[in-house]
Parts: sequence; structure tokens; C-alpha cells
Amino acid sequence: MDSQTQEYQEYYVPTQSYFPIVASVSLFCLAFGAASVLTAVENTGDMGMIMLFTGFILLFFVIISWFTKVAAESRDGLYSAQMDVSFRWGMGWFISSEVMFFAAFFGALFYIRVFSVPWLGGEGDKGVSNMLWEGFVSQWPLMTTPDPSLFKGPAQVVDPWHIPLLNTILLISSSLTLTLSHKALKLNNRTWTSIWLAVTVVLGAVFLYYQVLEYHEAYTELGLTLSAGVYGSTFFILTGFHGLHVTIGTIMLLCILVRVLEGEFTGKKHFAFEAVAWYWHFVDVVWVGLFIFVYIL
Amino acid sequence: MTMKLLYSAKNILSFTQLKLFMLLLFAIPSAHADWQLNMREGVTEISRTIYSLHMTIFWVCVVIAAVVFGIMLYSVIYHRKSRGAKVHHFHENIYVEIAWTVIPMVILIGMAVPATGTLKKMYDQSDSEIHIQVTGYQWKWRYQYLEQEVDFFSSLATPLAQINNLEPKTENYLLEVDNPLVLPIGKKVRFLITSNDVIHSWWVPDFAVKKDAIPGFINESWAIPEEIGIYRGQCAELCGKDHGFMPIVVEVKSQVDYEAWLAGQKLAQIETAKSAEKRWTLDELMVTGKEVYTKSCAACHQASGEGIPGVFPALKGSSIVQGDPSEHISIVLSGKSGTAMQAFSDQLSAVELAAVITYERNAWGDALGDIISPSQIAKMKQ
Amino acid sequence: MTTGTEQITAAEIETAEAGQNESFEGVQADTDKHTDATEHHHGPAKGISRWFFTTNHKDIGSMYLWFSLVMFMVGGCMALMVRTELFQPGLQFIQPDFFNQMTTMHGLIMVFGAVMPAFVGLANWMIPMMVGAPDMALPRLNNWSFWILPFAFSIMLMTLFMEGGGPNFGWTFYAPLSTTFAPPSVTYFIFAVHMMGISSIMGAINVIVTILNMRAPGMDMMKLPLFVWTWLITAFLLILVMPILAGVVTMMLMDIHFGTSFFNAAGGGDPVLFQHIFWFFGHPEVYIMILPAFGIVSEIIPTFARKKLFGYSSMVYATSSIAFLSFIVWAHHMFTVGMPLAGELFFMFATMLIAVPTGVKVFNWVATMFRGSMTFETPMLFALAFVVLFSIGGFSGLMLAIAPADFQYHDTYFVVAHFHYVLVPGSIFSIMAAAYYWLPKWTGNYYDEKMGKIHFWLSFIGINITFFPMHFVGLAGMPRRVPDYALQFADFNAVSTVGAFLFGFSQLLFIYNVVCCIRKKNQASKQVWEGAYGLEWTLPSPAPYHSFTKPPKVD
Ligand code: HEA
Ligand code: HEA
Ligand code: HEC
Ligand code: CUA
Ligand SMILES: [Cu+2]
Repeated sequence: MDSQTQEYQEYYVPTQSYFPIVASVSLFCLAFGAASVLTAVENTGDMGMIMLFTGFILLFFVIISWFTKVAAESRDGLYSAQMDVSFRWGMGWFISSEVMFFAAFFGALFYIRVFSVPWLGGEGDKGVSNMLWEGFVSQWPLMTTPDPSLFKGPAQVVDPWHIPLLNTILLISSSLTLTLSHKALKLNNRTWTSIWLAVTVVLGAVFLYYQVLEYHEAYTELGLTLSAGVYGSTFFILTGFHGLHVTIGTIMLLCILVRVLEGEFTGKKHFAFEAVAWYWHFVDVVWVGLFIFVYIL
Repeated sequence: MTMKLLYSAKNILSFTQLKLFMLLLFAIPSAHADWQLNMREGVTEISRTIYSLHMTIFWVCVVIAAVVFGIMLYSVIYHRKSRGAKVHHFHENIYVEIAWTVIPMVILIGMAVPATGTLKKMYDQSDSEIHIQVTGYQWKWRYQYLEQEVDFFSSLATPLAQINNLEPKTENYLLEVDNPLVLPIGKKVRFLITSNDVIHSWWVPDFAVKKDAIPGFINESWAIPEEIGIYRGQCAELCGKDHGFMPIVVEVKSQVDYEAWLAGQKLAQIETAKSAEKRWTLDELMVTGKEVYTKSCAACHQASGEGIPGVFPALKGSSIVQGDPSEHISIVLSGKSGTAMQAFSDQLSAVELAAVITYERNAWGDALGDIISPSQIAKMKQ
Repeated sequence: MTTGTEQITAAEIETAEAGQNESFEGVQADTDKHTDATEHHHGPAKGISRWFFTTNHKDIGSMYLWFSLVMFMVGGCMALMVRTELFQPGLQFIQPDFFNQMTTMHGLIMVFGAVMPAFVGLANWMIPMMVGAPDMALPRLNNWSFWILPFAFSIMLMTLFMEGGGPNFGWTFYAPLSTTFAPPSVTYFIFAVHMMGISSIMGAINVIVTILNMRAPGMDMMKLPLFVWTWLITAFLLILVMPILAGVVTMMLMDIHFGTSFFNAAGGGDPVLFQHIFWFFGHPEVYIMILPAFGIVSEIIPTFARKKLFGYSSMVYATSSIAFLSFIVWAHHMFTVGMPLAGELFFMFATMLIAVPTGVKVFNWVATMFRGSMTFETPMLFALAFVVLFSIGGFSGLMLAIAPADFQYHDTYFVVAHFHYVLVPGSIFSIMAAAYYWLPKWTGNYYDEKMGKIHFWLSFIGINITFFPMHFVGLAGMPRRVPDYALQFADFNAVSTVGAFLFGFSQLLFIYNVVCCIRKKNQASKQVWEGAYGLEWTLPSPAPYHSFTKPPKVD
């Protein structure tokens, strides 16, 4: 147990820090601002925008300075091996919570497909409900909603074998290139680390480009919108939050790339790199779920 | 205010102290007329089964509690340090642990078996003879007899003055409605429960029927009432401001009386349709209009017509109310989907609609002098 | 001390300390020396910035606890408004819409503002001391978790002053009452919930990492104090269900502002979907509010029975089983919602099953007391009341679990009675017990035992007068969330209201006692309680700013 005692004494408890409180203020501004903008309560319209904007600025500032500080502390060797484990657990459980966030949306999708839409269409245990929606037939994708005057169904849905397939290939290969980059880093081969990492970033960006293209088509050509009934609702909430995560992931990869280029990380110590890589793989796995359950089936 | 509080507090305390004392004496459920402690047995087979399930599980819990708390009390009394109790160090015993895992399991299985049977019966809709669609509205119920042409709304009949403590409260305070649901005795009645706006829950304790009314979906439930009488219940799911004010009253009648009632309902419908053809004066419409307004609209738009800012718009000074009558009529008749403003064309007769719209256009000092005639409405309704 | 034998006098300290905690040999001297050496350059900062910028688990723990106390008062005052209106039939003090806002806010504030932060505060204070760590694993994140809360709750409370009023749809905010039919402030409410979610998730991550990675050498998992174990499991629950809550409020936001139809049948959705997702979060949530309480009681009873906890490992397994089961019972809140029969049966059986591991816990506590040598200081009194009254709440829970019977109980005051019995003499009593139990360790001073006992008895009596009659009115048919009721319910409601005021005002004694304890010098020993066992008692009282800068050894 002696070695552990050794590590223990080096445990670094950071000194006082203003990051958390600023981050909290920024969250407050974001939440209050966003809510004001959305509800557009009289007189708060402008204030809402201002708060939202302030929130973003503060958030940006905190993220930058907080991560810079952590990176600096890491460089200064303040982090023992034990703390490295702490960070790993931390990131791991954070990703688990993200998984559950998506689980809520997948759960909604399954419930709607297995229960609510068939019931409304007169099938299953609560099929009598069809009395209220005469003429409505259960189908998926839901092209005609129970009340088309309120929610006009989509004219068409996205064909899985075009953009989505391409995007699947893009994301899966990006996971691959990221792994190659990680391998290279472990071997202290910085050139290939940077190259593969850059390729990953590009793949992520291209994915996002296609996603935007797809949304554009959905809105302008297919009539598939957020308000196109529950098919549109589940489609956009799942792909939308996934897209948001890809965006965040791409930005994080970019930051890591910059740090690699600045000569940070060693083959042994590169937790930040790994954390981002985990995140990226998680985003990738979610996509596979999406591709199967949202697009294909 | 304080005086009143103090006064009633004194009253209630002396009264309840006695009752509390009795309650402690016999913590047994008793069926005292005015302060009932226990679940009702009710008037259907299911409700009695549920009552006995309730009593069984209650006594099971009492026995377990007596044993567990008994042992605990024993230790508290005899194993206290001040009595010189010495610690006996033991902190594991696999046999006891198994015992107190297995025994509760067995008890629970014993409970689950009859519960399963009852539940299956409750879900069995077969052989229903009468089908009634029950629809929840903010804040009233609608009953449609599916085989008959009978369709009416049922809302709270307790006057506001009683609620606001301006009049003494009568016996069935908050549990009385204008048009009760009427059922014949001994027939299996199937309820198709749904809602027009938010979730409500249709609950008649004496039938042990409680089912949520979900907008857009239909839930089923059934009952065979076995005794003639009046049964009272309440909405059991928070449905907004007046959730506490949407009671349910069911009158169970003999088959003969039931049929007479049905016939009477149909007759009344013809009467109302006729009255639309009559020519109405502004004053007549204003009088009826005020009544209708108080009953059907004031809950949201308030008696003053000023609404509740941010939730229910003011009608006083509203551009719709003061503008083109056709728009005004159309919003009252068809409501506005996605808001609390419901469609009133099925709820109110042509006369009532005409009256209330006329009233709105002339009350609160925005007297436009318009008369909306019932025949005009009757035409629009078709 | 006033009560003689029950607390340790200075003379007894020596002997007591010699006997207790023998498995942590050699630690005390070490830590003492170390603290002296480090105190001055690692001590708290001066002034207000100490609290804003702190990274110290004790400071953050204290802030959580104070915050929770404030929220308890706010939520409690709302409950008192509810009770005042319900004192007599008729509308006397507040209008129905405002009544609904009070009920809703009371529920939300008590759950998310009082109970959860109190437990996180206790975790912050005690977990590092109990596992032998210098601090929490991620100190800056820890401070962030806390500081989100005051902001989230200020948004939540601000909604009350907005046009249309605050949330009035119950703490369970069922759609479509909370979407299509909600006041505009619901959007603020949604974002406030998001913030609370972030706070809880970050807090939970910190707890897990601290427990898994920061234990002193030799502190194996199966040696962890039960409070730590129950918190570990609670933290897992939090991580798994808070994101679900975030998901469901996000769907609400979309339905309200972006035209989606998740909870609207007209577009193919289902209002009941909301309930399924909500309760998938909501049921584990109620165990989040009770598992740490189990942990606290499992610390206190052995101390005052002067006997090791009976069935340590079965306690751990029971807690894990409860946590596991909590994920598959959610629809017992929805028995009347019109689920298919198979669903109804499954959720009934699964729910009933929870009584088994919970029973194991109760039996273990009783067995711990059996043939012990008990004394009855305030923490023990609260713990004993917890065992009895929580079980009563558990029994009514079991009655609710019988689906056919729940058709009669559902949404009546019987349910209100059930959950207040598990929450108030359950969670709240356990928090009080913990506060009394560890106050001397936190402040270095003893609290006033006599006042503590008076506080206990007033609370105990108050709570039963308030909530016991609710069983009766509930069975007799009084629905919940109503501002007014039929005449037959009048007497018991009046009794409840009187009880509520008694209980509420008794809490002033607690606040007074805590403040005095912080202020007055009434030096507590290191060991504090004669029978206490665990690493935290090897530290001086008050505990040094950084708990274990040098790891203790645990055999
Ligand atoms: C701390 C919080 C907490 C805890 C621990 C519990 C514990 C339990 N709860 Fe409760 N519950 C709530 C908080 C809690 N509940 C809340 C807040 C609501 C309402 C939400 C709302 O609608 O607003 C609610 C509602 C609620 C309902 C829905 C009622 C309705 O709306 O119709 C049900 C139904 O099954 C239920 C069941 C149970 C059960 C079976 C347990 C079990 O865990 C209890 C187990 C314990 C025991 C059984 C006692 C000890 C055991 C023994 C001594 C062993 C031997 C016993 C036997 C074999 C009988 N609860
Ligand atoms: C942990 C959770 C918790 C706690 C501790 C409590 C505590 C209390 N609760 Fe409640 N309650 C809930 C959780 C909780 N509750 C929930 C989840 C609901 C459901 C909400 C819903 O339906 O959506 C509910 C609903 C609820 C209702 C039903 C409302 C309705 O259906 O319309 C009632 C009615 O009596 C009630 C009463 C009380 C009372 C009297 C207390 C008392 O124990 C409170 C006592 C505390 C104080 C009074 C504060 C401290 C006092 C002071 C510091 C002193 C003095 C200060 C002044 C007065 C100035 N609660
Ligand atoms: C359950 C609540 C409720 C009841 C009962 C109700 N209304 Fe409304 N009413 C509303 C709401 C909410 C709106 C706002 C709809 C919107 O957002 O445009 C509204 C809007 C209106 C408007 C349009 C006002 C404007 O300026 O937009 C009129 C006219 C109206 N109601 C008349 C009536 C009449 C007549 C009755 C009774 C016969 C009635 N309402 C009963 C909730 C209600
Ligand atoms: Cu309708 Cu409550
Ligand atoms: Cu539950």
C-alpha cells in the first residue's frame, strides 16, 4: 500500500476558483434569456436577447479559461495517476448520462410506434380510441396524422439509402481515423496523430454539412417538418440532438488538434485526447441506433 | 379574519378532540355517518371485492407492524443502557436473514393472487348492455348514451355564494350537479372515457370505477350497479383551476324509471330545438345570456369579463367581441384548438349560444346593441 | 451535558477513544500533526469570496445544507398556505389557481430544493471523511454543482410573479396541462429543471468518483460505511434518471414552442407517453430521496445501540435490489391511466417485490437494536421514529401497489398520506437525525440536547397529527390537489392544519439550536458519541479544513 500512500499525498486540491460561479451565472443568463425570447413576454423581448447573448459570452469565456487552466495544471504535473483515474471515471459517467438522455427519446420513439399510433389506428388494447379519429389508419412512417388539419403529415420521408447511408459511412470511418490517430499518439508519432485527427475533424464537418442539406430538403421538398405529426417530431428530436452532439464533438476534436499541433500530450499522458475520443465514439454509436431505428425501420 | 379563525378553531378543536380521542381508542375503521374513516364498500361486486382486498392487506400490514414494532419496543424498553443492558455482539445470522426474506415473499404472493383475479375481472368488458361515452371538459362532464340520442353536459350545481362563504353550505356541498348521469339498476354499463382538453379522471367510489380521461384516447371501464340510489364522486386528476369543482353524480333508477327518464330527455331536446324559432328580444337574451355566461364562461373569463391575465383573455374590450359578429360566433361555436377555449356548439343550445354572445357584446359597458338571434345560430350549427 | 450519561464527558473521552475505532490505528496522531502543519496555508479564504470560489468539500457541503434549509422553509410556508386554505371548506384565503401554484411549488421545492440538496450536502461533508480522502474528487465541478442551484431556484420562484402565474400543474406536470394549457411561465420552469438536472448529474458524478477512486488504503468496498454505500447507489440512480427528466422537459418545450406532437394525439403522440417517461424518472427519484436516509439511519442506530450493524452485507444487497427494482415499477403511478392488463399486472408484482428488500433493511435495524445497550440522544430518537413511521408509509405504499385497490386510492389524500409518511418522517427526519449526529463534528460544539429532544417530540407529534388523518379523508374519498372539499372531510382537515402549524413552528427550535451550536463554545470531543465507529470520528472536532491530507490506514 505504500505506493498508494505516496500518490495520495500528492493529491492536488485546486485553490479557490471563480470558474464555477461564472459558469452558473452564464447558465442563468442562458436559461432566463432563452425562456424570455421563447415566450416573448412583453418588454422582455430585448432583455431576453441581451441575456442570452451575455450567457453565451460568459459560457464561452468560462469554457476557454477553465480548460486552459486544466491543461496548464496538467502540463505542470499537478495531476497524479490517481487523479487521472478520477477524470476517467468522471468522463465515463458523464457519457452514461448522455446515453440516458438519448434513451428518453428512443423510448418515446418505441412507445409511439408500438403503442400510441396503432391504438389510434384501431389496433391493440386501446383500439377503441379510433372512434375519435374516424378514417385514421396506423402506419409508419406516419404519413397522415389523426388530425391532418392540425398536423399535416409529411409528403415523403428521407430515403435512408442516400444521405443517411453516406453519413453512416462518414461517421464510422471517422471513428476509425480517430482510433488510428490515437494509436499514432501512443507511439509518439505526432505527424500521423495530427493527420488522422485532422481527417476526423473533416469527416465530422462533412457529416454536419450533409445533415444540414438533409434538413433543408426535408423542409423544402419533403414536407417533413417538426410539426408534421409525431414522425417529424421524433425524427427531428433524435437527429437534431445527435447533430448537436456531433457539432460539439467536432469542436472538441478541433481543440485537441490545436493542442496536438502545439506539441502537447505524450504517448503516455493524453487524457483530454482520450476523453474526446470516447465522446466521439459514443456519438457514433448513437448514430448507428438512429440509422437503424429512425431511418431504415 | 383572525376573529373568525379563532372562533372556528375553538369550535373545531373541542369537537375534534373528542373524535381524535375516540379514534386513538379504536383505530378500527368504522362507518359513522358523517365522518367516515374507511373506504366505501360500494354497490357493485367489484367494489366489494376491492373493499375486502383493501381490508385484507390492511390487516396483514397491521400484524406485521405489530410484530416488528413490538420487538423494537421491547428492545427499546429492556435493552437500554440506563437499565444496565449489556451489549451482545452478534451481527450476522444467515438463517434469520433467509427467513425474513422468504416469509414476506410468501405473504406477498398470497396477496398477489386475489389481486390478479380482481384485476382480470375489472378488465373484462364483455356482455355490456349499455354504452356511455364520458368526456371530460374543463370543468364539466359530458355523457353520451351511444345507443340513444341522449347527450348532455353535467356541471357543478353548488352556487358560488356557498363556495365563497356568503351562504351556509348545504348537505351535498360541491357534490351536486345540474344533470346527473342516470343508469338503470342491474345492467352492465360500459363507460368509454375520454377528454376534450386535459387529462381528467372519472371516479365514482361506490362503483370502484376510476379511469383517466385522456384526450385523443378512449379508456374503458364498466359497472353493474346493484342498488337504487344517488352516488357521488369527483374528478380525480388535476385538470387546472377548477379541478376541485367538477363532481360526478350518478342516479341509479329502476328500469321503468330509467326508461321514463330517457323519454323525458328526448322530449326536452325537441323543446329546446323549438325555442330557437321563437323571436327573442335583447332584454330576454341578456337575462338568459347572463345565466349562461355565469355557468359556462365565468370560470375562465371571470364574471367581470376581465379574464385572468396571461391565462384567459379578457372579453371586455376584446377586439373579437367588439368586432365582426361572425368571428365572435365562430370562436364560441368551434372554440380554438390547442387552447382552453373549447367548442360550445354541442354544449349549449342555439338559444343559449345566441344569448351568451349577445350578452358578451352588450355587457361590461361595451354595449354594441347587437342582437344575435337563435335562428341565426341554429343555421350556423348545421 | 444536561442528560448525564448519554453524551460523553471530557473525562470519558480518553477511555472511549481508546476503545473505539481500534481498526484505524495510528491515524489520529498522524492527522493531527498534519492538520496543524497544513491549516495555515490551506485554510479557508477570508470574506465572501470563500463561498463563491471555494473548492472545499466542507464549505460546499455547508452551503448545500443552508440552501436546503432555506428551501425547506420556503416550501414549508407554501405547504402552510395550502393547509390554511384547507382548514375549512369553502374558499377563504387563496384562489384556486394560486392554490394549484402553491401545491405545485411546494412539491417541487421540497423534492428538488430541500431533500435532494440536503443529501448532497451531507454527502459532501461526510463522504471524504468517511472514506479517508482529503476532499471530493473533482472540487471545482463540485462548486459548480452547488452554485447552479440558487440560480435555478430563483428562476423557479420568479415564475410566481409572472403574468399568468407560476407552474400550476402539479409537481408531476402531466401533459397537456403543462404544455398546451400551461401558463407562459412554463418555459422558465422547463429551463430551471434543466439546470437542476445538470447540478444533480455533476454532483452524482463527483460522489461516484470520490467513492470509487479516493478511498483510503484498505478501505475495501465491503468496509464502506453504509451511508457511503447508499449514496453510491443513489448517485447511480441520479446519473441514470436525471437525463430522462431533461429529455421529457425538452419534449415539452418542443411541443409548446416548436409545433411537435409528442404528447398530442392529433399528431400521433400520446399524453400518457409523458407519464411513462416522467415516472421512469420519478419513481427512482423517490428512492433517491430515501436511500441516503437508509444510510444515515444505518450509521446512527449502531452508534446508539453500541453494537455493530446487523447484516451489513445484506444491507448492501438490499439497497442494490431496491435500486434495481426502482427501474421497473414506474407505472404503479399510472394504474388508472388505462394500461393494458399485462402491464398492470407486471407493475403490480414488481412493486410489491420492493417490500422484500425494504423489509430486510427494517428487520436488520431492529436486530441491531435487539440486545444492544441503547441510549436515546436526539439523533437516535429521530432514527427510531424514522424506522416506525417510514414503515407505516411503506405499508401504505404496499397497499397502493395492489392495483385493483389503487383504483380507489389513486389521487386521493391516501396517496398524500403515504408519501408524506415516507418523505417527512422518512427523508426529513433522517436529515434532522444526521444534522444532530454530525453537528458536533462539523462545528466542534455540542448542540443543546434538551432542546433537541423537545424539537423531536414536537415534530413527532406534529407530523402524526398532520398526516395521519389524511389516510382517513383519503379513504373516505377526498381527492388531492383540491382547494375546497365536501363537508364530510372538514373535521380531519382542520386537525391536519393544526398539526402542520405545530410541526412547522417546531422547526424554529431546530434552527435556533443549530445557530447556537455554531456560536456557543461547548467543546465536543473527537469521538463525540461513545458508540460511534468510523473514520470521521478519528478526526478532531471540528474537522480540519482538509479532511485526510495523509491517508489513514484501515485494516
Ligand atoms: C421517499 C419516497 C418514497 C418511498 C420510499 C416510497 C415507497 C413506496 N411507494 Fe410510494 N410514493 C412516493 C414516495 C415514496 N414511496 C411519492 C412522492 C408518491 C406520489 C407521487 C405523486 O403522485 O405525487 C408515491 C406514490 C406511490 C404509489 C402511487 C399511488 C397512486 O398515485 O395511486 C404507489 C403505488 O404502488 C407507491 C408504492 C410504494 C411502495 C410499494 C413503496 C415501497 O418501497 C415501500 C416498502 C416498505 C415497506 C413495505 C415497509 C417495511 C417493510 C417491512 C416491515 C417488511 C414486511 C412487509 C410486508 C411483507 C408487507 N407509492
Ligand atoms: C420532501 C418532500 C415534502 C415535504 C417535506 C413536505 C412537507 C409538508 N407537506 Fe407536502 N407534498 C410533497 C412533498 C413534501 N411535503 C409533494 C411531492 C406533494 C405533491 C405536490 C403535488 O400534488 O403536485 C405534496 C403535497 C402536499 C399536500 C397536498 C396538496 C394538494 O394535494 O393540494 C399537502 C396538504 O396538506 C402537503 C402538506 C405538507 C405539510 C404540512 C408539510 C410540512 O411537513 C412542512 C413543514 C415545514 C415548514 C412549515 C417549514 C419550516 C418552518 C419554519 C422554518 C418555521 C416557521 C416559519 C414561518 C411559518 C414563518 N403537502
Ligand atoms: C376552460 C376555459 C374557458 C371557458 C370555459 C371559456 N373560454 Fe373563451 N377562451 C378561453 C381561452 C384560453 C381563450 C383564448 C384562446 C386563444 O388563445 O386565442 C378564449 C377566448 C375566447 C374568445 C376570444 C377572445 C379574444 O379576444 O381572443 C371569446 C369571444 C370567448 N373565449 C368566449 C367564450 C364564451 C362565450 C364562453 C362560454 C360560453 C367561453 N369563452 C368559455 C378559455 C375559456
Ligand atoms: Cu377534471 Cu380534475
Ligand atoms: Cu413510485
